[in-house]
Amino acid sequence: MLGERSIDHVVLERGEIANSWRRERWESLRLLTPNFQCRLPGFRYDGDDPEGYMSSADVAALITRYAEASNAPVRTHTEVTSLSLDGDGYRLRTPAGELRARSVVIASGACNVPAVPPLREALPSSIECFTPFDYGNPSRLPEGGVLVVGASATGVQIADEIRRSGRRVILSVGEHVRMPRMYRGRDVLWWLERCGLWDERYDEIDDLERARNLPSPQLVGSPERATLDLNALSRAGVELVGRLAAIRDGEALFSGGLKNLFALADLKMNRLLDRFDEWASGQADLDVAPPERFEPTHAPASPRLRLDLASGEVRSIVWATGFRPDYRWLHVPVTDAKGRIRHDGGVVNDAPRLYAIGLPVLRRRKSTFIHGAEDDARDIVEHLVRSL
Amino acid sequence: MAATTISVDNGVNVQALLDAREALKQAPEAARFTWRATCKWLNGTHSRTSVNGFHGLGQEQKHKTEFTFEADHPEVFASEDNGATPVELVLAGLASCLTAGVAAVAQNRGIQLRSVEAKLEGTMDIRGILGVDTDVRNGYEDITVTFNIDADASQQEIEALVAQSQKRSAVFDIVTNPTNVTVQAFKV
Repeated sequence: MLGERSIDHVVLERGEIANSWRRERWESLRLLTPNFQCRLPGFRYDGDDPEGYMSSADVAALITRYAEASNAPVRTHTEVTSLSLDGDGYRLRTPAGELRARSVVIASGACNVPAVPPLREALPSSIECFTPFDYGNPSRLPEGGVLVVGASATGVQIADEIRRSGRRVILSVGEHVRMPRMYRGRDVLWWLERCGLWDERYDEIDDLERARNLPSPQLVGSPERATLDLNALSRAGVELVGRLAAIRDGEALFSGGLKNLFALADLKMNRLLDRFDEWASGQADLDVAPPERFEPTHAPASPRLRLDLASGEVRSIVWATGFRPDYRWLHVPVTDAKGRIRHDGGVVNDAPRLYAIGLPVLRRRKSTFIHGAEDDARDIVEHLVRSL
Repeated sequence: MAATTISVDNGVNVQALLDAREALKQAPEAARFTWRATCKWLNGTHSRTSVNGFHGLGQEQKHKTEFTFEADHPEVFASEDNGATPVELVLAGLASCLTAGVAAVAQNRGIQLRSVEAKLEGTMDIRGILGVDTDVRNGYEDITVTFNIDADASQQEIEALVAQSQKRSAVFDIVTNPTNVTVQAFKV
């Protein structure tokens, strides 16, 4: 888009094109979005499986093809080690030398580092820790049971995969977003897009802070297009426990509020399905099955509240507790107390011509999805061109 | 120490408690108690909770009289302050449970108490309950209990009393350990 406007620009990439898709994903990961939704400007899926889900390697290939087709001036292996103010522009330091830019768009992503809660410090040393970055596959874990902490997309997928490998799995569940994979015969993300919810703008959302911090939905992109909710995990033999509240005296203590988390997630899912139905009832000739509702999340009769970490019942913990951006290289004072960039729809506060893109609900609910980049990029480029 | 078990009287019938412990070893079912409370909303944040019946020793039991507890929020929360805040009632529960324990343990150990006072402080960041910051928990971050005890006992014996009282306290356990909670709702 910058090229279309004849704006001189470069794209700096610390590694290869689509680096994080090549190096920072576990092996079995597939996209949550179906192929037909993986659109980039002027680029759509033309394979033979529009309802399928890409592997990390497929995504890396897609982005590489896009970079070639769009003739993007990408400089690979050019890690930005420092970004600082320099007069009315910015100075970027890289191993290949310094650059000056009048405007900078930060597109380094929201998931640079696994966010592991500080209570990890209290773990006995006999327990091995993993994050989604170094988990890889179940065979990398030590023999024995596994505690997976976190039940968003990452946590449920990893818990399911480890359980299928024949191990005992305990899943610690905090606030989560439940969704069926398919609803009324269509992918649930088809519904999110078609009913307009994904286009909801950041300045139209009542509680933007909440929207930006929402955990990823409990979805998996599998060839069976199966739903991977907590009921499915229970049936597979995964033991569900409450939020990990503390580690004390060699014991993990879990919250007793599990039933309420289930009730909240069920209520919110049903509200979402109501919204889909309401939208569908106003559409002529929509090719969808009749409305359906799903069984409530079944709570274990008395979820266990403590786990003796020295007993050998679990030998490892996978922290699926989310990610955070890494701005150690960002030497412009634009982050808040929690280390997040302060911005208004991607226009960074108090720093002229500095932009961010690809952050949760940056300008729309779809901002962090592949097809969500286009509208945000267009808005950001429009603003950038006007302020040069 | 000058005090003996015969001359000590903290008003706790320790013998009855010890007998109960023996009896319940034989009849564990009788040890299962169910405690109940009923809360009615009055107006605003003001509510009244009453306790009367409970179940234990294999049958329904009753307090001598119904007790009620009024709860509300203070005026700095734009409320009418008709009663203690619920979080203060939690402190009250913890304090009275530990204090009862101190008296019972002292009686059993032959320590005469003259005065026992517990001061409690719970610190809380209300950005949690207001939903300002989801990283802030709703409940207390820290609770501090300070006992001042006048008794025929050394500092060490008093510390041991208080430690044993925590070890056997129901409310201390409830506050420090997770508990499964089920909340149901019905439209009437």
